[in-house]
Amino acid sequence: MEITHTAFKHSDLLKISGRIDSATSPQLADALSKITDNGGYRIVLDLSEVSFISSAGLRVLISAQKTCKRYNRGEVVLAAVPANIMAALELAGFTTLFKIFPETLEAVGSF
Amino acid sequence: MRTKVFPGNYESLSIIAEFVRQAAEEVGLDPCATYAVETAVDEACSNIIEHAYGGENIGDIVCTCFIKSSELVIQLQDTGRSFNPDLVEDPDITAPLEERENHGLGLYMMRQWMDEVRFSFDDGINTLTMVKRKETVC
Repeated sequence: MEITHTAFKHSDLLKISGRIDSATSPQLADALSKITDNGGYRIVLDLSEVSFISSAGLRVLISAQKTCKRYNRGEVVLAAVPANIMAALELAGFTTLFKIFPETLEAVGSF
Repeated sequence: MRTKVFPGNYESLSIIAEFVRQAAEEVGLDPCATYAVETAVDEACSNIIEHAYGGENIGDIVCTCFIKSSELVIQLQDTGRSFNPDLVEDPDITAPLEERENHGLGLYMMRQWMDEVRFSFDDGINTLTMVKRKETVC
């Protein structure tokens, strides 16, 4: 898995590539913690290059969303979600917990 | 039928995924069903490492794929602790964010996306058998 971080004025963008499983989800958790530890709570996850997500990855998303939404200080939004990943999000009942944008730019612009 | 033994660690997950993906393609499962199989196997192997063995590199995972004309049967075996799958409750996938819990999601995904999920525990060997049929619509 590879993660690229881009800091914008009103949000942080993480572009993730590859598999998010039990081996790699700690790396995603670390990348998210780095942002929230620095006071960034408005985060866009570009999932366009994600090939797989397991429940370990989904747990990282939930944990980040709980951190960001606390005190109404922000939220995690998802962008450019591939069909298989969307199916996993739907199965886990995550589509009601995250705003999902078709395009990354639109997601960044939402903040 | 083909069998491969993998060390029980998280680095094996992507290699096991490739192994079962090839079998799924040979059966002729469509990409959506193949992804479902990959998910179920990943969740099962993660559970074996985390719960049956209680950590990485404690024991092996034996993965066997039975390639049939109408279905793919996957068998995963380990020698870790057994468990009662009936005691694992389904997560509440409609719960609000703050009430979402961190366990049970993997088994739930396996049960939802595979046509059959069976556990057996005999002579110190835990066997999980999962079936994905070709005609099942995603």
